[in-house]
Amino acid sequence: MKFELLKLLEQDARLTPAQLSVMLDCPEETVRRTIAELEANGTILDYKTIIDWEKTNKESVTAIIEVKLTPQRDRGFDRVAEKIYNYPEVKSVYLMSGVYDLSVVVEGKSMKDISFFVSQRLAPIEAVISTATHFVLHKYKDTGVLYETPEQDERGTLS
Amino acid sequence: MIDYSKALSKTVVSTEKSGIRKFFDLMSTMQDVVGLTVGEPDFQTPWHIREAGIESLERGKTYYTANAGLMELRQEIVHYMSRRFDVSYDPAKEVIVTVGGSEAIDIAFRAVIEAGDEVIVPTPSFVCYAPLVKLAGGVPVILETKFEDEFKIDPEALKALITPRTKMLVLPYPNNPTGAIMTREELAEIATVLRDTNILILSDEIYAELTYVGSHCSIASLEGMWERTIIASGFSKAYAMTGWRMGYLCAPAPIAEQMLKIHQYGIMSSPTTAQFAAIEALKNGDDDIRTMVDEYNRRRRYIYNGLKSIGVESFEPKGAFYIFPKIGAFGLSGEEFCNRLLYDYKCAIVPGSAFGKGGEKFARISYAYSIKHITQALERIEAFVKTL
Repeated sequence: MKFELLKLLEQDARLTPAQLSVMLDCPEETVRRTIAELEANGTILDYKTIIDWEKTNKESVTAIIEVKLTPQRDRGFDRVAEKIYNYPEVKSVYLMSGVYDLSVVVEGKSMKDISFFVSQRLAPIEAVISTATHFVLHKYKDTGVLYETPEQDERGTLS
Repeated sequence: MIDYSKALSKTVVSTEKSGIRKFFDLMSTMQDVVGLTVGEPDFQTPWHIREAGIESLERGKTYYTANAGLMELRQEIVHYMSRRFDVSYDPAKEVIVTVGGSEAIDIAFRAVIEAGDEVIVPTPSFVCYAPLVKLAGGVPVILETKFEDEFKIDPEALKALITPRTKMLVLPYPNNPTGAIMTREELAEIATVLRDTNILILSDEIYAELTYVGSHCSIASLEGMWERTIIASGFSKAYAMTGWRMGYLCAPAPIAEQMLKIHQYGIMSSPTTAQFAAIEALKNGDDDIRTMVDEYNRRRRYIYNGLKSIGVESFEPKGAFYIFPKIGAFGLSGEEFCNRLLYDYKCAIVPGSAFGKGGEKFARISYAYSIKHITQALERIEAFVKTL
């Protein structure tokens, strides 16, 4: 039930315990309790709304930055990652396999803004060998949500 | 000057157009209508099945297949029927791959009916049975099922309709539009009525996988029934392959042989690309069915509860993806209710009268839609119902 519950909430965070209880065929109290447990142990981390800022007046640019690091003693890359993810403009930090070590997603008001962040905050970190900044030109799909106009429901024949 | 009234078959001309068509045409002229009307899945065909079709095209598989369908597909169908519903057929002589469940139903009628033969058709049910019986020269004998019986066939009512001219009974379960199913025990009672007769059964099992309470039982698995049952089924609903037009017939060899003749002359063979995709579906599609059925089941509970909470009465549907609420309880006919709901509240559901006798006070609501969409429709239905 937990698995199904998580999948449903991941799709639509606004489903109420009452609705979930009907969909999962499970008492509402059990649903509430399970959600509380999952929130407490960090399985459910947060509930967010996904917004297409391009449709508003807000100026916003996203960049994906590939960061190469020198090998670290002790806790490896964790300390560096922590330093980077603590910046509020940093939206994601992933440890990667392959050619570079960290993938960092940053949101700023403009390309200049983000370039400033990279040169003033990111690059000066001692462990950082190099960065490669790529600007997002257009979002088609993000975290499973389509930013394009969804296709019309073409079904219509009688059956 | 051609006189079309003399040139065309009177039987065909007198066959009524479906009542839903008028309603759909109306709908298409309006904006922002939230509809729960369609009878096909909102899922797309699982990717691996589409890929198998695409791959067959890349490999140049564009020729006719054997009339009855690719042997590999027939073998997979036989294996599927055996493992899922405990019925056995010989792939060489007892299986035909058809153009959708629709062709399966049509050629079954045409192989069996002679002029004036009677075919018992339970209603409310899918719109095609009575017209196809008539087009084959037969006489549809309507067996009205009742809300109080959860729209199952009453064996006594069946017995009362049998005459020396009765050739066949149509058994459409799980049912479109009512969402009704018939259990093994209930089918056994029907079997008892038919066992000592020469009457055939056309069992339309296209919604078999979409059974939410208990598991689907095919009447062919009951004693004395295999020899008289033609199973018509297909890939449309279980695998979301409506547009591929893939169906099949399973029947004892003497019947299959005759149906094959019609298929041979009329169709040659079913679409080859679709057949390759269908093989992949049967081999590796079980998990996809499970996922889709679980999703339909969630929506089924949601919509049944949703309607109950706004005072719209229905029985809990146990199969297919429709619910058949008794909207006549508000004092309007099914058609009036649906028309006003459409015009004044921009919400479309299909009047039950379109599905034959017994459906006049009902409407068919499909839950082949997302929960969000269903919620929107329920809000509009609630707003309308509050004014009644």
